[in-house]
Amino acid sequence: MLNSATLTGEQPAVFQIKGINDGLLITLREGEWTVLREQLLGNIQEQSSFFQGARVALDVGNQVLKAAELGALRDKLGDFGITLTAVISTSGITEKTALMLGIATQIQSAKKVIPAARPKEEPTTLPGEAAVFLHKTLRSGSRIESPGTVIILGDVNPGAEIFAGGNVIIWGRMRGTAQAGSNGDKTAIVCAMEMTPMNIRIAEVSLEGKPRKGKLQPEFASIVSGTVIIQPWKHSTY
Amino acid sequence: MTAKVVTVTSGKGGVGKTTTTANLAVALSMDGAKVVCIDGDIGLRNLDVIMGLENRIVYDLVDVVEGRCRLRQAMIRDKQNPELYLIPAAQTRDKSAISPSDMVRLCDELRPDFDWILIDSPAGIERGFRNVLAPADIVIVVTNPEVSAVRDADRIIGLVEAEEKGPAQLVINRLNASMVKRGDMLSVEDVTELLAVKLIGIVPEDEMVISSANRGTPVANDAKSRAGQAFHDIARRLQGEEIVFPSLDVKEDFFKKLFRVN
Repeated sequence: MLNSATLTGEQPAVFQIKGINDGLLITLREGEWTVLREQLLGNIQEQSSFFQGARVALDVGNQVLKAAELGALRDKLGDFGITLTAVISTSGITEKTALMLGIATQIQSAKKVIPAARPKEEPTTLPGEAAVFLHKTLRSGSRIESPGTVIILGDVNPGAEIFAGGNVIIWGRMRGTAQAGSNGDKTAIVCAMEMTPMNIRIAEVSLEGKPRKGKLQPEFASIVSGTVIIQPWKHSTY
Repeated sequence: MTAKVVTVTSGKGGVGKTTTTANLAVALSMDGAKVVCIDGDIGLRNLDVIMGLENRIVYDLVDVVEGRCRLRQAMIRDKQNPELYLIPAAQTRDKSAISPSDMVRLCDELRPDFDWILIDSPAGIERGFRNVLAPADIVIVVTNPEVSAVRDADRIIGLVEAEEKGPAQLVINRLNASMVKRGDMLSVEDVTELLAVKLIGIVPEDEMVISSANRGTPVANDAKSRAGQAFHDIARRLQGEEIVFPSLDVKEDFFKKLFRVN
């Protein structure tokens, strides 16, 4: 196979490598994923001693990657002794995949570099608060973080954690841990079809008291005169 | 023949992964299938002990992967079931000695000659877990009816889903019906209601499991024992049969129990 990194002139390199605080940032150019992947792995194989033990953040641009593809790449990189620390993408699906596999979607130090590398896309969404929507059950060990609101269609099991700048809305059972209003918004709420949480925090305030016996009814948690309380969801209450 | 690769895992240690792997292998092979077990717990092997084959080990999984022997040379035939083989783990190495792609290659090489490839997992969710998950077609999660084991099972089921190897299937091991009745143990419903995956087996607590494992003849060799029967049921469900779960004669208000547990 041709080593595309050695090609110059008309043929652009398949990827660029940059040193960042925490390791290497590899930015892929646009193109067919399977081709890019093979060329990337081929290049790494040829320079395997350089990459051995490296911590790599990968900018895949607008590639839409499923868990099987991303997981396979992570395992392949692992074979070369490379730790995939982050996957940066403009595709929401790819970001979600990375989060599900426990791979970060941002790098602190190179954060400013990334938007410059690619023209910003025109906003097509209505103005309003950004929300993350997940149609799945959050199991123990999964952690969802978002600066905006988080909406879950499914259960939140004990040991799962949600950290939201805005509200946390669960169409299912809430048995895990949730932080709403993480930026200090005291008006944020957490609501669920059944509330038996391990813990709920709104802004700086935690739910106090013993683990509650939930009722099978929609309830919501909010700050009322300085404490987090849970009350049944009624039309008049909200 | 194209074997299905079944990975038996749990997250938490000591819930009965190895016991389940050995007994499922015996049960499948007694049903006439060609079965090979792979011990994926490199560094802490014990599938060979439970199957009573430890004194026959010459080569192991790492020897195969590193090319020191051919695959066939590392396969040990079971004492009682001629169509059952074991590929033991290395005792002197650790999980980093093999990679997920090694396991995929190994299983692909075995597939044409077998009906079932069963892989026993190490405890934990690190490298060793990735190794055994990579080749899996079916993932069986073993848990005990206790809160910590169920919590870990939930985590594992989530990881299996994230890797698109799911949905996992559930075996509840070591269920003690009288403890459930007294309210001292989670019931089957408590566990399945939380984990929300397909239940493929309930194995009652049975002293014969331990005594037979110590003898190196998995309890499934005696299809009349209670636990042995349960493992045969799991094997038949794996093969696509609909087998009703035997009654555990426990009746208690479901919601009352649920809230006591939480």
